[in-house]
Amino acid sequence: MAKRILLTVGTRKGCFLLESDEGRRDWEVRGPFCDGWPIYHALLDPVSARIYASAASEWHGAGVWRSADLGETWDLSSEGIAYPEGELKLSKITGLSAAHGRVRVGAEAAGVFESTDGGATWSLVSTLDGQPGRGSWNDPSKQPPGHLGMAAIMPHPDEPDRYWVIVQGYGIFETSDNGGSWEPRNTGLRAEWPLEDERVGYCVHKLVMSPVDQSRLYQQNHCGMHRSDDAGHTWTEVTNGLPTDFGFVAAAHPHDRDSFYVIPLDPGHNRCVPDGAVAVWRTSDAGSTWRRLDRGLPQRDAHVGVLREGLAIDSLDQPGLYFGTSTGQVFASADEGESWGEIASYLPAISSVEVALVDA
Amino acid sequence: MPELHLPPTLPSLYTDLPRRLDVDAATVDEAIDQLEERWPGLRDRLCEPGPALRRHINVYVDRERAGLDTALQPGSRVDVIAAISGG
Repeated sequence: MAKRILLTVGTRKGCFLLESDEGRRDWEVRGPFCDGWPIYHALLDPVSARIYASAASEWHGAGVWRSADLGETWDLSSEGIAYPEGELKLSKITGLSAAHGRVRVGAEAAGVFESTDGGATWSLVSTLDGQPGRGSWNDPSKQPPGHLGMAAIMPHPDEPDRYWVIVQGYGIFETSDNGGSWEPRNTGLRAEWPLEDERVGYCVHKLVMSPVDQSRLYQQNHCGMHRSDDAGHTWTEVTNGLPTDFGFVAAAHPHDRDSFYVIPLDPGHNRCVPDGAVAVWRTSDAGSTWRRLDRGLPQRDAHVGVLREGLAIDSLDQPGLYFGTSTGQVFASADEGESWGEIASYLPAISSVEVALVDA
Repeated sequence: MPELHLPPTLPSLYTDLPRRLDVDAATVDEAIDQLEERWPGLRDRLCEPGPALRRHINVYVDRERAGLDTALQPGSRVDVIAAISGG
């Protein structure tokens, strides 16, 4: 059956949907949805065909917007998304995952909430009590600018109770029993600051798994790109050949375990693409060498950034790539990143781009 | 009965929630309880655990800044205001 390509784009002013056929040349933009609430991450659960969008309003708190009809109607759910009184303060929710009939969302302060009823109600799964660093990451006196939270959740494709989370500034933790117990997974990572405990204190920005090899993970870290060949137990840095060691995004090729993509950024205050020239970088040999992909992307005076969830790749035979900028442009490639076009130009600041295939 | 006025960001979230309605309540907290009964989830949009009013939600009773425990009179006007901020 023919498929349509659906991009779910989270922005500072609501969720947008971009749709195309498998040719991926002509795109229709719909939105804004979610009443213009700031959306941190939006995705389509391929099993239930529901769209979920994590949101946090300065006025009305945090919640997950849902649509069961591909954006025609939406509702907001927050029942159960709260910490027990007198304990942690929940300021926002960010990274979503949807797999095995469960939707999970990470919160700030760091914790995992889960829904098993399609996002209608939520329950707190874990705040990683007892893990190294747990006492510090919720201590206001040890917080960097902003707050530290659980930025992302990566599900295991086959094991419902197994997943990985990113605690900002502390690193990756893995659970195999839905949050009952955790293990730090940061061995081999690099930090450019003193560590009180070698097991944690790493600034992981994005974690992805190869869809064709569950032992092969990649991560974009504050300090370098890294590869794991043992499902995150150990990491090897693969930054050499890239213009900077900093960035937020990473995407794993759907059919080739040795290919993944990153968008290096200036690591200073700027945190935009270097020299105002936009480029995606691809490795096809697991990080030994890198190739710059910039055909069709602006190469001068383009001072754009791309945030953690801002890059996505589809699963067609010749995969398409999509990224959204902090200045509201969406760029797309239908040929694995070899050439690019701008498919939306004037959206609000983009925090996330995800892609899904839906029946035409 | 006290007359309650809600900010424009709320009615679109709930079916048939008006901007202005009468509530049979003796305190601000009771008024919010009544809203929650008719429109489940609405308390969470105005209050944090505690409970306490959210940081950027202000309530005025008869033009005076109020809290959840502020008493209401039969003719009170209650204004729920989302802070003027953002861009």
